Amino acid sequence: MLDRRDLLKGAGLAAIAATLNSTKALATDTVTLPFVNGERPLVKYPQKRPMIGLTSRPPQLETPFAVFNDGPITANNAFFVRYHLSDLPYNLDPDKFTLEVKGRVDKPLKLSLRDIRKMKATEIVAVNQCSGNSRGFFEPRVAGGQLANGAMGNARWRGVPLKTVLAMAGVQAGAKQVTFNGMDGPASDKTPDFIKALDLEHATDGEVMLAYGMNGEDLPFLNGFPLRLIVPGYYGTYWVKHLNEITVIDSVYDGFWMKSAYRIPDTPNNAVEPGTAPKATIPINRFTIRSFITSVPDGAKLKKGGITLRGIAFDGGKGIKEVAVSIDGGKTWTNAKLGKDLGKYSFREWQLPVKLTTGAYELKVRATSNSGETQPDQPRWNPAGYLRNVVETVRVTVA
Amino acid sequence: MQRTALLLAIVLFMALAAGFGSVTAAPVNYQLPDEVAAFKPGPNLEVVQGNCGACHSADYISTQPPMKNRREFWQAEVTKMIKVYGAPIDDADIGKIVDYLAATY
Repeated sequence: MLDRRDLLKGAGLAAIAATLNSTKALATDTVTLPFVNGERPLVKYPQKRPMIGLTSRPPQLETPFAVFNDGPITANNAFFVRYHLSDLPYNLDPDKFTLEVKGRVDKPLKLSLRDIRKMKATEIVAVNQCSGNSRGFFEPRVAGGQLANGAMGNARWRGVPLKTVLAMAGVQAGAKQVTFNGMDGPASDKTPDFIKALDLEHATDGEVMLAYGMNGEDLPFLNGFPLRLIVPGYYGTYWVKHLNEITVIDSVYDGFWMKSAYRIPDTPNNAVEPGTAPKATIPINRFTIRSFITSVPDGAKLKKGGITLRGIAFDGGKGIKEVAVSIDGGKTWTNAKLGKDLGKYSFREWQLPVKLTTGAYELKVRATSNSGETQPDQPRWNPAGYLRNVVETVRVTVA
Repeated sequence: MQRTALLLAIVLFMALAAGFGSVTAAPVNYQLPDEVAAFKPGPNLEVVQGNCGACHSADYISTQPPMKNRREFWQAEVTKMIKVYGAPIDDADIGKIVDYLAATY
């Protein structure tokens, strides 16, 4: 924690650094995301390949969209990064790391990383997606991180079920929720610390996991090393990084990041008339269903003839039932062939061979889940810029 | 001989690769690159650097979308930073910061 004087001193140093212009050195290139004021530096961070730099303090990195055509698993060094508060545990010592489990439990725990790794491990393939993924496409525009579609990724997470750890601690009768706090904190002690909560029933469903492994490696530092929460099907805001404090409580947690932030309208489809405010809100929860064409970028020039369109689809945990593709702007649709099923929380690959003759094409893709949820033709709107899942369109010309 | 050298290199590489972040590793000491963003020149620049820059980099501001009523938008953002995030901004600086933001972004 810093006091005001330290804050000002720190800012002064930042200002000096900016004046000396030492800061551009690591921006290798720029990209322009397809919305107004979408120019971003491509930045290189340790353990990461060049990523789209949204902010530098705290670091926020978006995955270049072409990465999603590499396969259903997103590489660790390409996985997006989102933080809220700028005091990160840059010097954390994994040997001294302790996860505390406390509150309404019979036996409070202090577990080392070694303790956790000795427990029986489980794995799950699950998408993590930022609540504000695609916010830059909202119209009218809304404040917040202006992301294109790259604040999502799919990984094989390895760790222990939260249920097991809570059972070791012994949850007491009357417990309602479990809160999660990580080692990252605010620059000013007046800023609410980033703490999230899940209902006890959800926290003990056996799927919510404490993960130390990602795609066969340790978590990258910026993705929550050495331990993070995995909440399959839920937006990334719940996937607390550098997780070191779990508290069982007998009330509904009313901290800022649950009570005021990350709220969606309590309306059908959680949408409101664009530009208006909802009367009532609820905490954001499961992903809306989405699908993307990954093999052809918007604006591509293609040669006439046969081409296989490829892409991905995912939802909040029912699993993908079908993916339909249109090459005539949505007039007619053909079901694509689905790829290997890596689990109901994973990206599901799809592909469809099509024949294109000379001209302009609007390619569209639309997924349907096992529960019948599908994507809207027109974008839905909410003031925070969450939940985007309109049918995506890729415009190409064929010669 | 060459094969031995190659094997040695592989063993060394694997030892190094296993080193980062494993349970017995040294503290992480993660090094961020220098900040890429700087506040654009504008009125009251130093006030903005001192206050806004204390908690976040300039790109938090520069990446926001162009809004219809810029002054109202930035006034609301500054109010949010003070009321919601506890930014320790002197009353005398609030107007100066809003002026800068409305004129510059």
